[in-house]
Amino acid sequence: MTLRLEPRANASLGLRLSVSIASGLAALLIVAIPVLAAAGNPFTAYILMAQGAFGSMFALSETLNRATPLILTGLAATIAFRARLWNIGAEGQLYMGALAAVLVGSGLLQLPPALMVPAIMLAGFVAGGLMMIVPTLLKQRFGADEVVITLLLNFVVILLIQMLIEGPLKDPLAMGWPQSVPLLAEARFDKLIPRLRMHWGLVVGLVAALVLWFMVRKSVLGFEIKAVGENKAAARFAGIPVDATMLKVALISGGLAGLAGVSEVAGVKFYLSADLSPGFGYSGIVVAMLAGLSPIGSVLAAVFIAAVFVGADSMSRATGISSYIADLVVALSLLCILVGSFFLRFRIAGIGRRVEV
Amino acid sequence: MDVLLDIFGSANFWAAAIRIATPLIFGVLGALLCERAGVLNLGIEGIFVAGAMAGWLAVYLGAGLWGGVLVAALAGATFGLLHAFLTIILGLSQHVSGIGITLLATSISYFTYRTSLPSVTSPPRIAPFQPIAIPVLSDLPFLGPALFQQTALTWLALFMVALIAFVLYRTPLGLAIRAVGDNPASVEAQGLSVRGLRIGAVVTGSALMALGGAFLTMSAFDAFFFGMINGRGWICIALVVFASWQPGKALLGALFFGAFDAFQIRLQAEIGQVVPGQIFLMLPYLLSILALVLVARKADYPRALLQPWTKGQRH
Repeated sequence: MTLRLEPRANASLGLRLSVSIASGLAALLIVAIPVLAAAGNPFTAYILMAQGAFGSMFALSETLNRATPLILTGLAATIAFRARLWNIGAEGQLYMGALAAVLVGSGLLQLPPALMVPAIMLAGFVAGGLMMIVPTLLKQRFGADEVVITLLLNFVVILLIQMLIEGPLKDPLAMGWPQSVPLLAEARFDKLIPRLRMHWGLVVGLVAALVLWFMVRKSVLGFEIKAVGENKAAARFAGIPVDATMLKVALISGGLAGLAGVSEVAGVKFYLSADLSPGFGYSGIVVAMLAGLSPIGSVLAAVFIAAVFVGADSMSRATGISSYIADLVVALSLLCILVGSFFLRFRIAGIGRRVEV
Repeated sequence: MDVLLDIFGSANFWAAAIRIATPLIFGVLGALLCERAGVLNLGIEGIFVAGAMAGWLAVYLGAGLWGGVLVAALAGATFGLLHAFLTIILGLSQHVSGIGITLLATSISYFTYRTSLPSVTSPPRIAPFQPIAIPVLSDLPFLGPALFQQTALTWLALFMVALIAFVLYRTPLGLAIRAVGDNPASVEAQGLSVRGLRIGAVVTGSALMALGGAFLTMSAFDAFFFGMINGRGWICIALVVFASWQPGKALLGALFFGAFDAFQIRLQAEIGQVVPGQIFLMLPYLLSILALVLVARKADYPRALLQPWTKGQRH
């Protein structure tokens, strides 16, 4: 019996979920090879990782703390990729959001906390959104590829941030460290639980996921995004304002990445520095893909990726195996889900045993 | 004006420009070859890292300099094969696969480096390629030291430009590669394998990219650092568009960037007190974006770029 591939019309939720989970597990399984090469025991390593990520209230808080920006950057990639707008610039948009939050929230405005927190969030959302609207306009106006431009802008933004925190925004009280003046107390996110680092940014992320879920499933914009993502020409023919839809997607996508920056600066660091993000923007792409571009799934995928990073750090301290293992799991997760997505598009069938699609 | 004259008048500046351009030449050529065959390879940033690390580590472990070059090329080819499998065989998104390859190649290189050399504070060094002075020409006043005292890998890069240009435009193979990126149906009609040609181009192109990384650790420097690639790969992706997918223009673009970079380093030394250094560092990226915007509309890009191919497909 020869095997052949048949296109699959629609993958069920159960199948999509199992492909995502299988991809994460496959990534962990493959990583056993480099762990063995580093003369470590993979079983011990994984148990230590799980303990480091979930083994105590403190560990859980650290994992959710790490997941917070990943939920937001994951949602940023989710909404953009659904419309086939390849936003690879979440890292830069994150920094622009953080920059806007610091500009507004470190003394420019004097507002009570009930207004200050929304003000910095709005500023961060708009700043991040603008960072995506510009490449989208360049794409529409000149046909310039948004992948490369959003990527290159990441480098421009990080240099801009370095310039500002060594120059006009530099905190004179920071003992010469290149970091910005801190946020006012009113502009900071409260902790969710005293003495643990988890903060209200997590709630922002969860609410954003719910809003986005509602948007893609129930709203007109969600329908338009789906149509534009599936076939731009057909959408245009059907009278959908393609360019305007793309700009809305760009604003929301960049804005969500900007909120990730606001969340990190207002919930964790309280000042802007060039090491605010260890690549949250890039990991967000993996989160979105692992979640199959599902907003709710992005929350789970973000927790998984965060657990890998937090767990790997703790495992690395215990065993001496390099914590770059976490990046390796993240990269392999992306490639495994990519292979998995092949099985979502096709089913393997035996000749003569044709299955109804 | 004196400052500018001093900079452009020094042989040292032009030698540095060519040195800085060398990894870009390898990278642009590699990316160009992939894209000519219809496959965008965003794995380039990671493949640079892999080439830099693998080549260096091989030399450090005693493989010899040319052994290191070979190992780097093989590392690049391996990641190219993976990218080819995902995008050409399975027909998956070239964008996402490329990003995945970059993440994988970078993390695996860092992990391997850390694991091979666990407890070092300062990076160990190797004896890198030495400049080869071309007899007679290198004795020319000014031009000699500026142009004719480069290391073997720079000469290899320049040779590859000529070779790729020759293959692409003067051989049946080159015709087939260009056709496979423009109109794969015509290639299939000739009885040639679309997938085979594409896989070959992506694997070869990725090996070339890795040599760009190897140049950094084995010729420009003598050690491997974390973050040493720092966006060079992405610049190459922009340069391919700038070069309209032509090897000759790719060389010019790379040299222009090399000259610009060498220039900003020297200018910074002169006026760094007045203008923040980051402005100069931003310029290559901003120029790349500008180039993309200006060239995009009239760009003569391969028509089948980003389009997967299944056997028997008709357009």
